[in-house]
Amino acid sequence: MMGAVVSLESLLDERRVWKGRQTAAPVSLQPTGHAALDAALPSGGWPAAALSEILVATDGSGELRLLWPALARLASSGERLVLVAPPYIPYPQAWLAAGIDMGQLTVIQALERDALWAAEQCLRSGSCGAVLCWPGLVDDRALRRLQVAAETGQTLAFACRPLAAASNPSPAALRIAIDTRPQQLRVLKCRGGLAPAAPIPFTTDA
Amino acid sequence: MLWACVLLPQLALDGVMRCRTNPDEPLALLSGTPQRRVLQTVNPAARALGLRPGQSLISAQVLVRDFATTEYAPSETEALQQLLAAWAYGFSSQVSLKYPRALLMEIESSLGLFGPWPVFEARLRKELTALGFSHRIVVAPNPIAARMLANAHDGLAILDARQLRQALEQMPLNRIGLSSEVATAFSRMGFRCVREVLELPRHTLARRFPAQVLQHLDNLLGERPVALECYTPPDFFDVRIELNFDVESHQALLFPLKRLVSDLAAFLAGRDSGVQRFGLHLEHHEGPDTLVPVGLLSAEREAGMLFELARGRLEQIQVRSPVHAVRLEARDLPTFVPVRRELFDERPQQALPWEQLRERLRARLGDDSVNSLSMHADHRPECAWQLDAHSKNKPVAPSVPRPGWLLSTPKPLQDGETRILAGPERIESGWWDGGDVRRDYYLIETRTGQRGWAYRSVGEQGDLLLHGWFA
Repeated sequence: MMGAVVSLESLLDERRVWKGRQTAAPVSLQPTGHAALDAALPSGGWPAAALSEILVATDGSGELRLLWPALARLASSGERLVLVAPPYIPYPQAWLAAGIDMGQLTVIQALERDALWAAEQCLRSGSCGAVLCWPGLVDDRALRRLQVAAETGQTLAFACRPLAAASNPSPAALRIAIDTRPQQLRVLKCRGGLAPAAPIPFTTDA
Repeated sequence: MLWACVLLPQLALDGVMRCRTNPDEPLALLSGTPQRRVLQTVNPAARALGLRPGQSLISAQVLVRDFATTEYAPSETEALQQLLAAWAYGFSSQVSLKYPRALLMEIESSLGLFGPWPVFEARLRKELTALGFSHRIVVAPNPIAARMLANAHDGLAILDARQLRQALEQMPLNRIGLSSEVATAFSRMGFRCVREVLELPRHTLARRFPAQVLQHLDNLLGERPVALECYTPPDFFDVRIELNFDVESHQALLFPLKRLVSDLAAFLAGRDSGVQRFGLHLEHHEGPDTLVPVGLLSAEREAGMLFELARGRLEQIQVRSPVHAVRLEARDLPTFVPVRRELFDERPQQALPWEQLRERLRARLGDDSVNSLSMHADHRPECAWQLDAHSKNKPVAPSVPRPGWLLSTPKPLQDGETRILAGPERIESGWWDGGDVRRDYYLIETRTGQRGWAYRSVGEQGDLLLHGWFA
């Protein structure tokens, strides 16, 4: 029976096959900078060239703390960071303190209907290192467009959305919910493996 | 020196045809007095229906019912010649418009850059076809001979005087630019081709004919130097396309716009400059023109990109009344500096460079929509940042924690929901510029666990005002 040839590695990567011994975590191209989170994710970091969804109860619940290490690393390697229609003004003092080169940061002001278009253009162009957008409660078609654009342009895409969207299906490669009380991260979905069941602590002092 | 003559046999017709979307539609250009309209030129589709140049409009309408007509406008032909001269200037520094409907360009000094003549010629033909002009190209050692040989040849390349004499000897006498009386006189004397005339003793020609005849023959053979007036390109681009019907949707404007922009790109390549700002004038029958300004952050000249940007601007506007003509005007033409590219691109799939992406975003979202943030050394949070399109980075390491998000306008916090974690931190500044600020900032935590940055002005009572989130 040679009907279906499945490579052993892909089978193992899917984490469907139970292995007795834990192998070393794969080295990711895009580590998140949070060791506990990196260890929990099958790709060892942010999924490269894909959309990651960050679900927060309200704005300002820790999404920047989660993203800053990766953004700082990208900015220092000369990649461009784009914020498409951020809900607030990025306070340069804090972003500098997080190690982000402000010269690499671009803020695009757009109305809600143009913001998705702008984000898709930025992702598709391939000239940005990471694109952050705040799509709000949009349908999964809009998110799928972002996901395809991120794949086309080989760019990291982050969408910050309200926690209310958690119950809806999403084409994003990774979905992380941030809880503020207690402070923890919950991985709702991750492509390439089963989502870790236990929440990951995410304290302010960490 | 070698001269190329680019003859444009149907310049007026091509000029009209290239502004039309459907090339297969029968079309005739009209001229003559209002009492007697005459077909000046017809396109191949109209010729197939039996229309001929020189027919009167009435007899043409008897033959064919449906065909488009346009006024033959010599001024537009003149404008097209200027455009083509600007295009040719990109290939040669000596371009002359001595003859109507023909470009004369010196090519020998350009061969080093544009390759041997067959390659160069192929490039000229390709670009002319892309611009929408039918053409004949002939090369000869002097400009007069090149022009006259183009009457009978296409693709001929004569490189030395002996070949030139052979080729000219074959030419019929009525095709070498002699005045019609002289040509008639020669034919009545029984002469057919140039060779027979050149065999005559010079003094007999000098006695029988005006001096210009011998001069012209000497010019043709290159035995007399000719001084040509050379074309100098203008410092601006201003081209107008009149539409043959009133247009109310921007879709119908895209085709003429594409034409205008590709003409602009050809002009810019000739001048080796770029364009940073240009205006589209949409002309109406009454009232002032609608002006669509297109501004770029850096000088560009790539036709596809300019078209996309102009299209983005055009789609935004609403015109008051139908448009009957479009004009593209560009006066600000800085030198073009090509973008530096890496030899080995780290991301080979990078489809669109950042500069083009930025222009595309600005075209749709507005000129002020794409910014970078920079830090400003000021203690007041609302003054500590500034938006600028070009980033100037002055990194100063801050010593105290600051929130990642700043609210553009502080909003009151309902007391009781929040818990003060740290503070106060006094920020007092700005008494010198009128924006006096005396505030006590606190680090607070809301009931849901968010950390915020809130203040109360010194000496005031009441709710804290939320100014930022420690996200």
